Amino acid sequence: MLVLEDVHTHYGKIEALHGVSVEVNKGEIVSLIGANGAGKTTLLMTVCGNPQASAGRVILEGRDITNEATSNIMRSGIAIVPEGRRVFSGLTVEENLAMGGFFNTKAEIRKSQDHVYELFPRLKEREHQRAGTMSGGEQQMLAIGRALMSKPRMIILDEPSLGLAPIIIKQIFEIIGHLREEGITVFLVEQNAHQALNLADRGYVLETGRIRLHDTGKNLLANPEVREAYLGG
Amino acid sequence: MAAHNFKHALFCAVVTMVIAFPILGLNLVARGTRVGLEGADASTIISVFVAAAIVFFFQLYRDTIMGNLGKLPALNPLAGREPMPQAKRVKLESWALTGIIVLALFWPFFVSRGSVDLATLVLIYVMLALGLNVVVGLAGLLDLGYVAFYAVGAYTFALLSQYMGISFWMALPIGALLAALFGLVLGFPVLRLRGDYLAIVTLGFGEIIRILLNNWTSITGGPNGIGGIPEPTLFGMEFGRRVKEEGNTSFHETFGIAYSGEHKVIFLYLIALVLAVITALVIRRLMRMPVGRAWEALREDEIAARSLGLSRTAVKLSAFTIGAFFAGFAGTVFASKQGFISPESFVFLESAIILAIVVLGGMGSQIGVILAAIAVTILPELAREFADYRMLVFGAAMVLMMVWRPQGLMPMRRIHIELKRQE
Repeated sequence: MLVLEDVHTHYGKIEALHGVSVEVNKGEIVSLIGANGAGKTTLLMTVCGNPQASAGRVILEGRDITNEATSNIMRSGIAIVPEGRRVFSGLTVEENLAMGGFFNTKAEIRKSQDHVYELFPRLKEREHQRAGTMSGGEQQMLAIGRALMSKPRMIILDEPSLGLAPIIIKQIFEIIGHLREEGITVFLVEQNAHQALNLADRGYVLETGRIRLHDTGKNLLANPEVREAYLGG
Repeated sequence: MAAHNFKHALFCAVVTMVIAFPILGLNLVARGTRVGLEGADASTIISVFVAAAIVFFFQLYRDTIMGNLGKLPALNPLAGREPMPQAKRVKLESWALTGIIVLALFWPFFVSRGSVDLATLVLIYVMLALGLNVVVGLAGLLDLGYVAFYAVGAYTFALLSQYMGISFWMALPIGALLAALFGLVLGFPVLRLRGDYLAIVTLGFGEIIRILLNNWTSITGGPNGIGGIPEPTLFGMEFGRRVKEEGNTSFHETFGIAYSGEHKVIFLYLIALVLAVITALVIRRLMRMPVGRAWEALREDEIAARSLGLSRTAVKLSAFTIGAFFAGFAGTVFASKQGFISPESFVFLESAIILAIVVLGGMGSQIGVILAAIAVTILPELAREFADYRMLVFGAAMVLMMVWRPQGLMPMRRIHIELKRQE
C-alpha cells in the first residue's frame, strides 16, 4: 500500500530523516513510535509531500509520489489526521465534515457523513455546534471523521491521543481498530507506545531519524529495549 | 481611583501642549523680505490650554469613561433579541435588499446632481470594498496594495480609449480581466508569504504600479494624467450636448427631450449601481460555492485545509484574482466618471481607506461592508462644515467605532451549509 524506500528528508541543511524504510501493507495497522524529535511527524509530512524527500522514494499503491504536490497526494485515496486535531474552529461540525469531502459529490458526502455519525454518535448530537467550542476528545473525533469523509483507502493518524483523557483515548483506539475491520489501512504515529503497539499488526521504532527496530506489535511490546525506553521498564 | 492614572494623564497633557503649542500658538509672519515669529492671540493660547486640560481629565478618568462607552450598545433595541432562525433571516434579508435596490433605482431622479455624483462614488467604493472583502475578509490575506488593481482598471480604459478609441462597454471587461491578470501575476510570488510579510509585499506592489504610471510619461502622460476619457453610451446614444463620435446619436434628440446635464450623471450612477449589484451577487454566489468554503478553510487553518487535498496555490490565487477583477471593474467606472485620471488618484491612502471600509464593516460580511462604504465615503462630505478639521473628525469617528464595535458594523454571520436530506 505505502512503501518508503531509504527516505532522506532535510529541513534546510539539517537532515531529519537519515534513510528510513517503512512498509505498510493493505488492511493492516502499522504503528510508528518514537521519542520527541525522533522524526515521526517529519516522516508523515514527507509522505504528504511537505517537505518532499530529498532522496529515496515514497510509493503509494505502486505509484511514485515522492515529487508530487501535496494537494495531489491528498486526493489519491489517502487521508491524514494532523497532529493537534486542527479542526476548522469557526465552522460547524457538519461543515467541517463537508470540507473533508470537498472533492466528492453531494450524494457521496451525505453517505460518508451518515457513516461518520454512526462511528461517532457524539458528533451527530453536536452537528450544528461550532467545532472550536467542543472538548478535545470531540474535536479529535471530528478530525478523524473529517479525514474519513473522502473515503480514503488509507488513513494516517498523527498522535491521536495527544492531550486526551485515558477514557477518550480508549474510545479513539477502539474506533481505529474498527477502521481496520472496514478494510481501511491505518498508519498510526504515537507516543502512547503501549496502546499503539497493542493494537498494531506491526510496529516500527524510530530513533533520531533512523528506524531502530521493526517487528510485530506483540513482539515489540515484549522487547526489553522497547520496554526500557518507551514503556517505563 | 484615578490616582494610578495621574502620571499617565499628566504625560498626555504635556504631549498635547508640546504638539499643539508650536503649531497653533506660534505664527510665521512676513516682515518685508524676512519671516518673523509671533505669538498667536490670547484666545488661541487659551484654547490650547483648554485642550490640554480636556486631555488630562479624559486620561485621568479614562477607565470610567471607556467603561460606560462599552455599555452603550444597550442603546441598540435589537441587541437583546434572540437571533432569528436562519431561513427567516435569509428571506428577510433578500426582501430588504430588493427594496433597497428598487429605491436606489428611482432615487436619483428626485435629488440634486451633486448627490447623484457622490452616490456614484459611493457605489465605486462599494465595488472596491466587496472585492477586497474576498481577499481580506474571506481568504484572510492582508492586501495593502489593492489600489493597484483599481489603477490598472482605470488606466486600461483611459489608454485604450486614447490610443485605440475603444468605448466604455468594450473596455469594461478588458479592464477587469487585465486587473485580474495582474492579480494572478502578483499572486504567484506572494503565495508563500503570510500576514505581515504579505502586507509589505502587496504594499510595495501598489507603489510600483503608481510609480510606474507616474514615470512612464511617454505612454501614461505621467503626473499630467490622461484626460478626455469618454463617457459610456447607451446603445450608441451619447449623453453630451453634441455627438462626439461619428455614427452615434445623442440621447436627448432620440427621445425628443430637452438636453440636460443630469442625464449623463444619472446614467453613470445607474451603471455603477448595476455593476455594484452584479459584484455583490457574484461574490455572494461564490461564497456559497466550494471555492468560497475553500477560502474560509484556508483562512481558518492552512495545514488542515492542505491535508484535505486543497491546493494552497489555487485557492489563494483565485481569491487574489477575483478580488482584483472587481477592482478593475470599479476602476473603469471611475475613469469614465472622472473623465480624467492621474496617478494622484491611486495613492496608498486609497488602499488604506478601502481596507478601513472592510474592517469597519465587519470582515467577510457583505451588508456590513456596503454600509461601511456608504458611511466612509459620505462622512467626509458631511463633515465639510468642519473645514480643516474634517479628516480629524473622520479619524475620531473611526477610533470611536473601533472602541465601540471592534468586530465591525455588522460582523459576518456565517451561512451554514445544510445538506438537504432526501428521505
